[in-house]
Amino acid sequence: MTDFNFRNTAELLSLCKEHNMKISEVMLSREILLGGVTRAAIMDQIDECLRVMDGSTNRASEAPIRSMGGLIGGEAHMLHELPRSQTICGSTMHKAIMFSLAVAETNASMGVIVAAPTAGSAGVVPACILALHEDYDISVDVLRLGLINAGAIGYIVTRNGSVAGAEAGCQAEVGSASAMAASALVEMLGGTPEQCCHAASIALSSLLGLVCDPVRGLVEVPCQTRNTIGASGAFTAAELALAGITSPVPLDEMIQIVSDVGHALPISLRETGKGGCAAAPSVCAMCDGCRE
Amino acid sequence: MRKNYISLFDVIGPVMVGPSSSHTSGAATIAWMARQIFPGVPTKVTFTLYGSFADTYLGHGTDRALIGGALGYRSDDTRIRHAYEHAREAGMEVVCIPDHETEVNHPNTVDILMEDDDGHSLLIRGESIGGGRVRIVRMNNIDVEFTGEYSTLIVGHLDETGTVAFITSRLANHQVNIAFMKLFREDKGKKAFTVIESDEFIPEELSEELLEYPSITSVDVIEF
Repeated sequence: MTDFNFRNTAELLSLCKEHNMKISEVMLSREILLGGVTRAAIMDQIDECLRVMDGSTNRASEAPIRSMGGLIGGEAHMLHELPRSQTICGSTMHKAIMFSLAVAETNASMGVIVAAPTAGSAGVVPACILALHEDYDISVDVLRLGLINAGAIGYIVTRNGSVAGAEAGCQAEVGSASAMAASALVEMLGGTPEQCCHAASIALSSLLGLVCDPVRGLVEVPCQTRNTIGASGAFTAAELALAGITSPVPLDEMIQIVSDVGHALPISLRETGKGGCAAAPSVCAMCDGCRE
Repeated sequence: MRKNYISLFDVIGPVMVGPSSSHTSGAATIAWMARQIFPGVPTKVTFTLYGSFADTYLGHGTDRALIGGALGYRSDDTRIRHAYEHAREAGMEVVCIPDHETEVNHPNTVDILMEDDDGHSLLIRGESIGGGRVRIVRMNNIDVEFTGEYSTLIVGHLDETGTVAFITSRLANHQVNIAFMKLFREDKGKKAFTVIESDEFIPEELSEELLEYPSITSVDVIEF
């Protein structure tokens, strides 16, 4: 059997070329090969993820949910109520950023979410692919493959780089999620595997150096709005790549750069709640009484 | 169950109750494992939280996740949010104690003491090591180490010659292949735990057979 167990983007792209497959199809073949499971079983699990994602994107947009830490709650609903005349992002991106707020709100209020790749960055991927699915003529099968495409990029980042804020900052969490979403959007809109990787690389480079500075150590501020930037950045990167704009830095190198930059960040900016926004006096005053 | 590769669903997943894989999902899993090991139904559970758990447990719902796990809820169960109410309904008294003083090996550490009215008690120390993965490092006063990522058989016994040979022979009879096996003991000749991790499911009959052996006092199986 052909070895679908690719280790990096270069090997992934060469498998795509050799077999004339999309990124999602190569990832699916890898999962079937290594997991000893059927395509149908994987798709069932993908459907379960999509079902949970759909729930987490919608619940908070319809009605405000207060977070456990008390720093956020109701933002998705506020965006939902924004008059059309004041929307400047366009319908699909508006929807995506609203969904990403909603997932962060669901997460912070102990609702059920799908980590993608982490809980703190869980809003980006579902927001992008579900908004595209709602607004464009895209089948459920393409949506499923989009999520698997995002998983392929996430796998490479996890294997060769980092998806942990404590290790490499928010660039490793929301940055990785943005890269995964950008690649998924490109594939869902008919782009090539190379364009997917350019989109992912552009998305990562745009958030390069982003620090992890959660106020009070909670997954609320600035995590929630960072998810919206991850989502809108993914849309932008996908649009650039679909137009044929390329990243001079290949994705494999960009993943390594994120790791290197992450390790160069001071420890106060790596999920310790001791620097960045977490150290701002105003936001700390905001949550007086959220502990005991 | 554990895989030796990074799966699609390690990246798109886990499906979990938020907000944190380490502070919420992992906490629920540790308490869930303690509940699997505890004989019967606990009527009182005391959680002692250390390190980062002690610092940020309220905002991460770590207390609710722990209580939910002790009630037998998995880490994706939405009942976790209202775990205090469910514990009250179930007649389970819960106490959460943040301990900022005691030094521990891992920042996300919890001690779980489960007790019932029949005099059973079990102390489990667990660590939430990231991404929802956990490690149990103490059972009662014995240092142990297992993750629950495999099918896990935990045999409590006296540290006597022949006990481990008996356990492994029974496993062989049931065609259960051992991935890892470790013996943890209090002291020579005293109480011990043999922990066996396997890729395969551990049949129920095996537990009953093992309990017939004189020096074996308890048998627990953890299957995810």
